[in-house]
Amino acid sequence: MADAAIHGHEHEDERGFFTRWFMSTNHKDIGILYLITSALVGFISVAFTVYMRLELMDPGVQYMCMEGARLFAAAPGECTPNGHLWNVLITGHGILMMFFVVIPALFGGFGNYFMPLQIGAPDMAFPRMNNLSFWMYVAGTSLAVCSVLAPGGNGQLGSGVGWVLYPPLSTNEQGWSMDLAIFAVHVSGASSILGAINMITTFLNMRAPGMTLFKVPLFSWSIFVTSWLILLSLPVLAGAITMLLMDRNFGFTFFDPAGGGDPVLYQHILWFFGHPEVYIIILPGFGIISHVIATFSRKPVFGYLPMVWAIIAIGVLGFVVWAHHMYTVGMSLNQQAYFMLATMVIAVPTGVKVFSWIATMWGGSIEFKTPMLWAFGFLFLFTVGGVTGVVLSQAAVDRAYHDTYYVVAHFHYVMSLGAVFAIFAGIYFYLPKMTGKMYPEWAGKVHFWTMFIGANVTFFPQHFLGRQGMPRRYIDYPEAYALWNAVSTWGAFLSFASFLFFFGVMAYTLRNGARVTEPNPWNEYADTLEWTLPSPPPEHTFEILPKQEEWDKSPAH
Amino acid sequence: MAHAKDHDYHILSPSIWPLVASVGAFVMLFGAVLWMHGVTPWMFWIGFVAILYVMFAWWAEVVKESSIGDHTPVVRIGLRYGFILFIMSEVMFFAAWFWSFFKHAIYPMDEYFGSEYISPDIYPVDALGLPLINTLVLLLSGCAVTWAHHALVHENNRKDLINGLAIAIALGVFFTGLQAYEYAHLLHEGWEFGGDKFYSNFFMATGFHGLHVIIGTIFLAVCLFRAMKGHFTPEKHVGFEAAAWYWHFVDVVWLFLFFAVYLWGI
Repeated sequence: MADAAIHGHEHEDERGFFTRWFMSTNHKDIGILYLITSALVGFISVAFTVYMRLELMDPGVQYMCMEGARLFAAAPGECTPNGHLWNVLITGHGILMMFFVVIPALFGGFGNYFMPLQIGAPDMAFPRMNNLSFWMYVAGTSLAVCSVLAPGGNGQLGSGVGWVLYPPLSTNEQGWSMDLAIFAVHVSGASSILGAINMITTFLNMRAPGMTLFKVPLFSWSIFVTSWLILLSLPVLAGAITMLLMDRNFGFTFFDPAGGGDPVLYQHILWFFGHPEVYIIILPGFGIISHVIATFSRKPVFGYLPMVWAIIAIGVLGFVVWAHHMYTVGMSLNQQAYFMLATMVIAVPTGVKVFSWIATMWGGSIEFKTPMLWAFGFLFLFTVGGVTGVVLSQAAVDRAYHDTYYVVAHFHYVMSLGAVFAIFAGIYFYLPKMTGKMYPEWAGKVHFWTMFIGANVTFFPQHFLGRQGMPRRYIDYPEAYALWNAVSTWGAFLSFASFLFFFGVMAYTLRNGARVTEPNPWNEYADTLEWTLPSPPPEHTFEILPKQEEWDKSPAH
Repeated sequence: MAHAKDHDYHILSPSIWPLVASVGAFVMLFGAVLWMHGVTPWMFWIGFVAILYVMFAWWAEVVKESSIGDHTPVVRIGLRYGFILFIMSEVMFFAAWFWSFFKHAIYPMDEYFGSEYISPDIYPVDALGLPLINTLVLLLSGCAVTWAHHALVHENNRKDLINGLAIAIALGVFFTGLQAYEYAHLLHEGWEFGGDKFYSNFFMATGFHGLHVIIGTIFLAVCLFRAMKGHFTPEKHVGFEAAAWYWHFVDVVWLFLFFAVYLWGI
């Protein structure tokens, strides 16, 4: 392999197990660590939600009882509802998914592994700090798990205040649990900020010779913009939760009206972080989808420059729309009008992206390999979620929809389905590159279709529930909502089965998958630098920096 | 190795420090929870010492790597990018505190319909007394750092570099002392640590600034020590540059605090 001779060296890896995985300074190994850890945390978090859906399958409370949590339904009269357990599970699900699953998988995992490869960098700018990011993420996850198991409110374990940690609920919740959750978010925030500093520096300082900013592949661009969002929004969250901590433990009154504080202030500061957070989650997914669609349509991505500017525009706009999460807290009409307009503006760059993906496929020779199916699924689901987002952006309409299942359906369509489908697209797309093994095509397709059907059956009926007026975050509901809740739960079971199947596919592929011998198992439209490397890439890549003709397919650009 | 690297980037060998630092962070924060709930302060301090030790050992390694020539020009550019980005994230951290301060100052809760909150009588501070002196002390300290920087870059004058740094550090320590004195004075005059939104904002904003002054002073002290050891050359002094940037950042935060909190807010 000529390229192998250029980019790496095939000597035996002399690092011991501990040195390689616990003391790593290698962006590819750290990326793998991120992916594996986030998959494990994802499993915990998904298990939480399946248990919650089980409880919601029928009206009444049958599983989460004061007498003890059960896996089989209790007979009528035998179960005293345990609302605290329910609240702990929704809180845990939200916090874990937001901070400890999706960001680490997309930004930490794929970002670490592929951003340096795509720009032809030998490693990250600060390889040792990169590992600090990863281990801080593990420390944060450990604190979060401790929080679920530590003494909390209502004389039980864990805190049930919702992932947004709104005061006064979060300042009044008893026990250690809430404080542990706050520190968990602090640590994971520090981890992400260090990661963002690393990514931005790598992107600015280590691009291959000749790779000007507007020749950088779209995934790397998406990581770059995401890094800025992390860098500028997470410290604000750190401030907000530090205020919470002071209010809780030291008698401060940032959010306590008795001392002149204002609970709504917390909501503003939280969402100033929280809305960019939404884009932190989805932007790297956009990047992956662009490459997958271009590859399997056998066409270069349509409108590279508008795609880049759309990412930048979404990132910038993400900072000025936060209060659309709080239309009902009593803001003035002028404020509501502004946030409504600003929010709707985001539909423009997002539309640019969606239509450019469609235009990429237009007239292409489309091949429905598994990654492409996931990208297709992403496109459909993300568009549904985006459209309901435009509905929700209207302050007047939000009066009716606020805190109903319509909102739950909306953000699961963009995140649970959008971001997660992008993660799966990325996993199947890059699995042969990362492991040198090819997954069985049929298995990938089974995984996709079960997940696609399962996820839609889970979340689509929640639109109906929301329109019927079912509020979110409740353990129980009246008879009138029974039908669609039952349907939704069956969808969740199917999705969970699909998720378990996914672990099986991964285990099978790693043990018995067909060996990938060529650097690029797809086609010549997977034309970024990572596809010039052997699969899996050697320990050190690009020890001799790549030449422009290896990656620049349109030199006249 | 079949191929040696043929580029100027810094490829590091494996390191134990990130893992130790993260274990330390976990121990420290779990310990903080135990401490806040009255169990024991010790777990916190163990974690804290672990983190301090890692900082020392890790950065000592960085200095060593610099001395053996790992910090090529392109790596130095990267280090600068990294530090500027770090300061940007710090700016956003302070944005949260100023946000809270301005919100409470411009829209106090006692003006809200139905609110029973009455603002307490707050012992007034003469902004043009100690706070103004502190402002001048900090600005002067910033000047001393700039003097030291010029001495290094334009004249390669190590004596003035050391003098400038020493003056900057002395002024930084002086600032911290004055601020501690003022805290004690205000608490004596009836201010409380918490209990009202004004005190909450005041002590957290100025307190975090004070913490940054202390960190910045330590950073400058490390640079002074390194300057005496002759680590800095006119071309190569990223550590010193970062300390100076950090110090100016701390200065600017203070200027905002001085004008917003002391001059306008009290």
